[in-house]
Amino acid sequence: MTSAALKPGLFRPNLVRQAQAWLLLLPALIFLLAFTHLPTVSTVWNSFFSTSAGTPVDFSTENYQFLLEDEVFCQVLDNSFWYAVVTVPASMALALAMALWVNSKLSGKAALRLAYFTPTILPMISVANIWLFFYSPEIGLFNQILEWFGSDGYNWLGDPDLSLPSLMVMTIWKEAGFFMIFYLAALQAISPELYQAAEIEGASRFRMLRRITLPLLMPTTLFVLVNAILNAFKLVDHLFILTKGGPNNASNLLLYYIYENAFSFFDTAYAAALTVVLLMILVVLALLQFGVLERRVHYR
Amino acid sequence: MLRKKSLLAGVLAAGLSAFAQAKTDLTMYYPVAVGGPLTKVVDGMIEAFEKQNPDIDVTAIYAGNYNDARVKALAALKSGKPAQLSVMFSIDVHELMDLDAIVPFDEVVSSDQDRQWLNSFYPALMENGKVAGKTWGVPFQRSTIVMYYNKDMFRTAGLDPEQPPESWDELVSMGKKLTKKSGSGKVEQWGAMIPSTGYPYWMFGALTKQNGQVLMNQAGNQTYFNDPAVVDALKYWQSLGNDHQIMPKGTIEWGTLRQNFLDQKTAIMWHSTGNLTAVKKNAAFDFGVAKLPAQKELGSPTGGGNFYLFKKSSPEERKAALKLVKFMTSPEQAANWSIATGYMGVSQDAYNTSELSAYVQQFPPAAVARDQLQHATAELSTHQAGRVRKLLDDAIQATLSGQKSAEDALNSAQKQADRILKRYR
Repeated sequence: MTSAALKPGLFRPNLVRQAQAWLLLLPALIFLLAFTHLPTVSTVWNSFFSTSAGTPVDFSTENYQFLLEDEVFCQVLDNSFWYAVVTVPASMALALAMALWVNSKLSGKAALRLAYFTPTILPMISVANIWLFFYSPEIGLFNQILEWFGSDGYNWLGDPDLSLPSLMVMTIWKEAGFFMIFYLAALQAISPELYQAAEIEGASRFRMLRRITLPLLMPTTLFVLVNAILNAFKLVDHLFILTKGGPNNASNLLLYYIYENAFSFFDTAYAAALTVVLLMILVVLALLQFGVLERRVHYR
Repeated sequence: MLRKKSLLAGVLAAGLSAFAQAKTDLTMYYPVAVGGPLTKVVDGMIEAFEKQNPDIDVTAIYAGNYNDARVKALAALKSGKPAQLSVMFSIDVHELMDLDAIVPFDEVVSSDQDRQWLNSFYPALMENGKVAGKTWGVPFQRSTIVMYYNKDMFRTAGLDPEQPPESWDELVSMGKKLTKKSGSGKVEQWGAMIPSTGYPYWMFGALTKQNGQVLMNQAGNQTYFNDPAVVDALKYWQSLGNDHQIMPKGTIEWGTLRQNFLDQKTAIMWHSTGNLTAVKKNAAFDFGVAKLPAQKELGSPTGGGNFYLFKKSSPEERKAALKLVKFMTSPEQAANWSIATGYMGVSQDAYNTSELSAYVQQFPPAAVARDQLQHATAELSTHQAGRVRKLLDDAIQATLSGQKSAEDALNSAQKQADRILKRYR
């Protein structure tokens, strides 16, 4: 009724609505521009127009050439790849298993949920400080447990073959509880009628999981996957405490290497080039996830 | 008219009192690299200073480890809310100069008394602070590496607890006696531990000095990483774990080492003297502190933090900052700081104070770091120090964890360091 009344009015209502929408979006847009888009552009700019000495120069690909020569960069890239490939699926699978477990009818599930969620509440730095002592070869928890089984134990963080896997284990432990919450919420949103119907049809539990639960969880899975992959590249707090990327860069990750270059070496130009690489990786991954995976996701 | 006059007087009085209350504000960042409640000690010292100088207001900000402190101070400098002074790594001097961030103390001191103060510190502690004939850093929380050892374990192993190892060979032979294995062959007690994370280049500086070679020149534009004496020093370090098996293989964590020593998992540890008070408070056994052993000579690098004055400051701020630095490094405060932490008293005068001389007398380990000073050398400090340091750290860790031989690792580190430092020659 109102829209019909306005139709022959003095100004076009469409324009007003558009302006209103833009005004509502404006605050968020300003922040997004100031803190995300402008820094991105200036990073790309710096990676081409400055050098290690910190002086502005004409267009130069020197920083990118150094990427190719830099052995540490290759190793860091390799580490980051394995770190993501292992921690993302492992923490997601664990999260799903835990969610299914605490969603079932069992006594004391509130306590169990809390227990699984606790790692997420703790700050990464304090967790790392605790795990530093867990991993410590002489006095650490892990080696003391291994001792009961007659093992000599390992120098977890001091052995180049073990330091990255050690970081992975801690990450999986930390991340799984967080993702469990999303899965749990999604599980509780699935209508019980579907399961009742399946039961009448005589479907097995495994079949119900495969044909009802997992497909209906797909939107959540995509969301969790995006977050897990982002975190795999974004979360490096524990490196500061546990290994500082050592020994000899065996556990160094891309974002930590960027930090080292920018703040330990004051080489902001090279750090900018590294950041562009990280950005490209994340863009490609995002395109893959939303372009390919999203089509397979079933939304209700 | 009369009313006007009284009004004027009132305004004047208000103005005067405001003038009297005008305070100089100072912001200072400082790091803590060893565990323990050292921030409280610093806060206490700052409070004492403010009581003495009501016209100066100091904000002292604890900023994490040395690296964090530098990052934060420089970030503050860039953001336009700068600090006027900070305690930062003594070895940051070349980079801070390259960034044009600091002023030499020579430009800020005015009186003869000030100049005398500037000359009152132990010369070895000034090595990292003096560049091109000027003094850029004044020693504050300074250390050397010392050897902590468990006297009880020495007794059990049949060794004289008053005779800690004095040479590399003795470290090995005593280390073998001190290493204990269980029936299954698992090591329950190690002979010695030298930390190789956190600051591996620092520990390595001690070994190379003992082998008669320093790691860089005073100008900070040349390193000697692949000098034969340096290579031998790294081989020796590696042999402690690989051949003699008196030390765990792989890298040894800096942060948990003190706990290892306190839990009696190792008989000997090399660590900063800054740990001394914490070890004293927490050790449930009889322990001793000694100079590091010698090969060709005795030696340890100095370490720790210096005071720097930042360029971006007004003359009044610089004067106030100088006052603060003078207070913090005065014999009384240095003595108090040394007792509270284990860091060195930075001048002979500090050890002449009644407090510290009495403390040293009843607790002789407190003097070891000072006595070692005459054998000390500067800590690794070059232009682009962060990157150069990391090259050496990586080489050390690669060797200790068995990824590369000492020669290969150090040759490659030297080659890359040359490439970086070329343009500063």
